[in-house]
Amino acid sequence: MITIDMRRMLRWGMTAGGVMTFTAAVGMLEAFEDRLLIYPVLSLGYLLLLWFVPVAGYQSSNVAVLEGMEAPPRGLHNVIAGAVTGLVGGVVLALFAIVINAFDLRDVFVPFSLKLVGLLTYGLGVPEGLPYAVLAPAALGLVGGLMHLLPASVRRRVILAVEWVVVVALLEQVFSQILRQIRLEVVADRVFTLKALEWWAALAVAALVAAVAERTRGGFGRMRERLFAGDPRQRTRNSAWMAVLVLVFLIIIPQLLGSLLSEVLANVGLFLLMGLGLNIVVGLAGMLDLGYVAFFAVGAYTVGVLTSPLSPRFTLEWSWWAALPVAILTSALAGLLVGTPVIRMRGDYLAIVTLGFGEIVRILFLSDWLSTTFGGAQGVQNIPGIPLGFTEVSGVGPEGVLYFALFFVLLAAWISWSLQESRIGRAWTALREDETVAAAMGINIVRAKLNAFIVGAILAGFAGALFAAKLGSVFPSSFELLVSIIILVVVIVGGMGNIPGVAVGAVVLIGVLGGPNLPGLLAEFAEFKLLIYGALLVFMMLRKPEGLVPSVRRSRELHADELTQDAWLDKSGTLAEAPGGGRGAG
Amino acid sequence: MTSAAATRLPRRRRPGWVDSFLLAVRIAAIVLLIWGIAGTVVKGINGEGPTGEAWRDLVVAGIAQGAMYGLIALGYSMVYGVLGFINFAHGEVFMSGGMVGFFVANYLWDIRFWDTNFVLSILLVLASSILASTLVAVIVERVAYRPLRDAPRLIPLITSIGISFFLQYTFAGLFGVAVKNYPPPPDYLRARIGFLDLEIEGTKLAVIVVAVVTMVALYLFVEKTRTGRSIRAVAEDKEIAALMGINVDRTIVATFAVGGAMAGVAGTLWALLFRGVSFITGFLPGIKAFTAAVLGGIGNLGGAMAGGVLLGLFEGVGPQLVLAGFGIPGVSQLKDVVAFTALVLVLIFKPSGLFGERLAAEDRA
Repeated sequence: MITIDMRRMLRWGMTAGGVMTFTAAVGMLEAFEDRLLIYPVLSLGYLLLLWFVPVAGYQSSNVAVLEGMEAPPRGLHNVIAGAVTGLVGGVVLALFAIVINAFDLRDVFVPFSLKLVGLLTYGLGVPEGLPYAVLAPAALGLVGGLMHLLPASVRRRVILAVEWVVVVALLEQVFSQILRQIRLEVVADRVFTLKALEWWAALAVAALVAAVAERTRGGFGRMRERLFAGDPRQRTRNSAWMAVLVLVFLIIIPQLLGSLLSEVLANVGLFLLMGLGLNIVVGLAGMLDLGYVAFFAVGAYTVGVLTSPLSPRFTLEWSWWAALPVAILTSALAGLLVGTPVIRMRGDYLAIVTLGFGEIVRILFLSDWLSTTFGGAQGVQNIPGIPLGFTEVSGVGPEGVLYFALFFVLLAAWISWSLQESRIGRAWTALREDETVAAAMGINIVRAKLNAFIVGAILAGFAGALFAAKLGSVFPSSFELLVSIIILVVVIVGGMGNIPGVAVGAVVLIGVLGGPNLPGLLAEFAEFKLLIYGALLVFMMLRKPEGLVPSVRRSRELHADELTQDAWLDKSGTLAEAPGGGRGAG
Repeated sequence: MTSAAATRLPRRRRPGWVDSFLLAVRIAAIVLLIWGIAGTVVKGINGEGPTGEAWRDLVVAGIAQGAMYGLIALGYSMVYGVLGFINFAHGEVFMSGGMVGFFVANYLWDIRFWDTNFVLSILLVLASSILASTLVAVIVERVAYRPLRDAPRLIPLITSIGISFFLQYTFAGLFGVAVKNYPPPPDYLRARIGFLDLEIEGTKLAVIVVAVVTMVALYLFVEKTRTGRSIRAVAEDKEIAALMGINVDRTIVATFAVGGAMAGVAGTLWALLFRGVSFITGFLPGIKAFTAAVLGGIGNLGGAMAGGVLLGLFEGVGPQLVLAGFGIPGVSQLKDVVAFTALVLVLIFKPSGLFGERLAAEDRA
């Protein structure tokens, strides 16, 4: 009955080996080798190298249990499968190490240095270190296989604990900063050495997380049920209390974070503002806009040209508040101008045309032709901050920008939430699901689409106005296509069509990885940022197209097939074919 | 009478303000075009602006570059015809060919084979470039697109954007971010060659010749071979093709492989024209090639090539011919604007392309 599926182990082993070899070959191992995560045992480089092995070890004997089917027995075969998978991966990696040791390929492949060989063989060189290069992944694969033997609840807790240790170690900056702000320097100094968690502290974090998970087993779900079920009036009251709590938290947090982290969060706010706008266009109305950055640029340039004393053509020196309505108006106009020609196009053509518009706008801002107004490559400098009466919000004080951005993000979230729930929001959803049917239902397609475009453009123009005041200057290189793509990734990874999803996406991606030209918390990722963005986008599309925090309706659309048939009926028919089980987009 | 009304009914649409707007854009585009050309002509009569020789160079350069766009466009067109989505990562497939070709060329230069035996060298470079591009295209299909065969249309497009960035920065990580310059072609290729009373720079002539030969080979492949026939059948209707005993998966792989091979040829042509390659080389040519594919009617192979040449001409001649007529300074900076404007206008006014698109019924929307 229990057979060890050799081909499957080999496949997962080769995949694990491929992932490891790729990580080493693009230079990630070497680049992050200095960044320790857990003192003195684990660096970020090795984490990136090895993380996939236990996953593969687990997956190689993982059989999805479908409803109505008996769970397959677990036992030694799981462990063996895991170990063999790891072993295969290790052999691949060792072969890679042998190859780069034997041939000098540095002229072609920049990262293939002897240092890399040293790292792959744990400092022992090629013949001596090779057993370790093979055995370390094998051991990790074994650990992955062992996970099958744990009961499901324990397994979940172990995984949660490991995740938290990694998060705490990666975000050392945040945690030590908070500890310092609440006068616990002693703890911070003890727990973190060389930006890394001490090994005992890592164990403590793991134990703490596991204990908390044990205590609150399912507690959050119950709490949420209590808060948001109940009768409508109580639910409204509870939501209001939650909102107040969140607000208080948001007011306190910049005080805890210091200016560097506030700067990062302010960037998150800016991108969140744009993300909310793009969420309306892509997530609600279902139009893939790849030139979204154009509206951001229009907003930023309008404010720059109107307020800066060094504006090449005008010397208006308006206040930011006077320029803001103009910026909103121009970006709305831009939305109308771009939106009108494209609304009749089919989805992928729309994507390319908006991309074309975005590039046209950027090149025009960059050109000599319009440099008398927009300053060409130098852009517009010396843009003043936002006067608030008692103080001025500008890039000098990131806390101010953060509060300001937060305020407008909340406003934008509220606006897009009310739009989503309104008649026009329902029209957008209908449009996304089926344009023909929506038209038959009496929805004015042209108007609905244009509205989406204009609302999206206004939010982006607004973010642009804020961006100009924050940075104090605008130039064309801030408005590359990359920005559009990154906002798109934020929306998609977070969860299209879902406001909390976009917020999560912005915090995780912009805050942690960093935006275009903007460092995030993990500034060391700079050169690999876009590689990770790309990989993440592909991974999400393949496995979880509805995003991290999916909107219910959206995920129903994407998994329509899976919901319409009984999984186990399907399974009994094609038992041999689908060992992986619950795949994403099917 | 009633039947006539009934058949007319679905086509009827009240002309709304959107139509008026589009009409206005159309008129404005034509007026500006004529005005700009007239301005340039007036300038030319007054003895300003480029000379006849300079114009000819612009045209030749435009055609050479356009031929390259056309080769890349074939990949977009074939994939769109078969799978119905824009393979955004195709520009990176092209780049990977150029990149790998560089290392072969560099090696041949180092062992002094490049000068002594240029033709053989360039053939080796071409072969390696084709191999690399084909490999990348096929791997991408297998890993990323095959699982998404039945997903909603925009999902593979978004995936291909991710693949595009992934490939770019993988190449940046593997080979470094610096621009890599191919060794110079021999003098006889750089010199101007007399050709039918015209003098053409040798490299450009070579590019055009290679593009034409490749195109003919592709035509023969698609029209005459078994695989070519199955590609056409799958583009027409996947399910019926499968019923006819065609292996759809293998045919789709073949489509990607052929598209990749064309991109690989284009990679070498890029090297002949511009010599420098880097990890972002694929991006702009990729988008422009897509423009070319749409211009010629996506799914239509001859159209893709013609669209490429047309786009190359627009881009090469357009800024000088139209924009300079308005007295705009620094027009050559704006050549990408011309290309993108062409894209936007074609998609707005003639989304089926100049030579009509050939698509399976399900892809028409």
